[in-house]
Amino acid sequence: MAKLGVNFLGISFKNPIVTASGAYGYGREYESLYPLSRLGGISTKGTTIKVKDGNPPPRIAETPMGMLNSVGLQNGGIDKFLNYELPNLMTKDIRIIANIAGSTVEECALLASRLNGTAVDMIELNISCPNVKHGGAAFGTDAKIAGEVTRAVKDAASLPLMVKLSPNVTSITKIAKSVEANGADAVSLINTLLGMRIDVSTRRPVLKNNVGGLSGPAVLPIAVRMVWQVSNAVKIPVCGMGGISCGEDAIEMMMAGASLLQVGAAIFNDAYAPVRIVDEMNEWCDKNGVLDINEIIGTVRPW
Amino acid sequence: MFQNKYEIIKKKMLSYDIVDFTVKSKEISNAAAAGQFVHISAPGFFLRRPISICEINKADGTMRIVFQIRGKGTDALSKLAEGEVLDILGPLGHGFTVDKSFNSVMLVGGGIGTPPMLELAKLYGDKARVITGFKTKELAILSGDFKYTGAQLFECTDDGSLGRKGFVTDELREQIKIKKPDMVFACGPLVMLRGVKQMCEANNVLCEISLEERMACGVGACLGCAVKLDKGEGEFYGHVCKDGPVFSAKEVVF
Repeated sequence: MAKLGVNFLGISFKNPIVTASGAYGYGREYESLYPLSRLGGISTKGTTIKVKDGNPPPRIAETPMGMLNSVGLQNGGIDKFLNYELPNLMTKDIRIIANIAGSTVEECALLASRLNGTAVDMIELNISCPNVKHGGAAFGTDAKIAGEVTRAVKDAASLPLMVKLSPNVTSITKIAKSVEANGADAVSLINTLLGMRIDVSTRRPVLKNNVGGLSGPAVLPIAVRMVWQVSNAVKIPVCGMGGISCGEDAIEMMMAGASLLQVGAAIFNDAYAPVRIVDEMNEWCDKNGVLDINEIIGTVRPW
Repeated sequence: MFQNKYEIIKKKMLSYDIVDFTVKSKEISNAAAAGQFVHISAPGFFLRRPISICEINKADGTMRIVFQIRGKGTDALSKLAEGEVLDILGPLGHGFTVDKSFNSVMLVGGGIGTPPMLELAKLYGDKARVITGFKTKELAILSGDFKYTGAQLFECTDDGSLGRKGFVTDELREQIKIKKPDMVFACGPLVMLRGVKQMCEANNVLCEISLEERMACGVGACLGCAVKLDKGEGEFYGHVCKDGPVFSAKEVVF
């Protein structure tokens, strides 16, 4: 039994597995299968100021070893999060990361300030949603704007701030350095990759939004590469995600430099994926004589 | 809700592209209700396939699922043999209203929308009139099963090769005139559901319809399977997996 606990921004996680924003709601649906306390943490569904209805269906398309989604940040707004979802999560013995997604810099700052003094452990600022017209990837694909929104949220927030980066850029390290310079305490990556599928019988895109975000095992190598590049480029900790679906994927992502992990699309294939991955990480450590998971972080030996 | 591997104990082809599995699944069968669905992993594919439950046998701890080969995923599922296992998440969603005070109900199934009506027909028995519709006789399924429930069965085909020549809505119109039912339940193509909904509203009959949509999680977490609803306070997106798959027809915005 290896030690799986990690410390990320001064917050102790009982294991490195956090469920990714958008893939797991607020955990309610999965509690009949296993207690949420078996997870390190939960990154909650991206929260906006007001209720957001999302994009028209179809919102889901299957791809080779993955999927596209164009949900478009459907959520009940910050008040519902604070009054209904957060009080429930507070009773679950799980670290709570609140993912926020404003459509303007001011909205992002306001969302962050609303979380001050609550039981939320950390903010994850979404500057990378590919499915919304305002905010989202429009913030995360320009280093200067990414820095500005990070600064505004950092100034408004008393909680640790993690910024979630978009992979749909030429240089992700440039964006990472900009958010680091503007007060981000950590970065998380990768959000989904912009993709498209066409139904050849109708010549229509499968998604009503035409394009959507690619996730699932297909994106793992891109995520590992980007986590490796970013962890070499910044001094702040990196939370790695993108295509993790088994214990060895998780170990690989940590070797690339991640000290915390998120699991998303794998849950759709296997509802037990987050807890299974924790068990498989433990088995891997035991088999390989690793006594403490922290020993493997960033230990890839590049050629 | 359970997720496990369950054995296929019986496999039949109901037509050239419609597969009928009976699965040993004590825990799911025990918990399942008419109109709910299960989410099945297709070998070699990332997303599960949502398939409605056709029949539940709590005494035997089995359930029956009937699905059409629509693409590569369902094709892979169809190749599984008796004795092999299915990775199933379920039962999911909420099913049809079962009200003992109802004296007369109508069940309308179009094509591959027919299977979820069978368990409901078993529950309502001789209080149920069932209308099924298919393109042609070779594609008609479950005739014997429906007759066995005690329900009256009215079959329709587009070409008249079996039963009435015409659409299920033609038969429904006549049946409502003969005796107004307490509720109509329907599952099938969108164009059929729209017709059934309009006919029920015109005749002031309660109506529930079962919908499908491209789905990822199946449990209400990812919000992928959106459907436009209106409960009287404006339109919004609900979700087939959790708010459905069975909806009150008057709340669905087509």
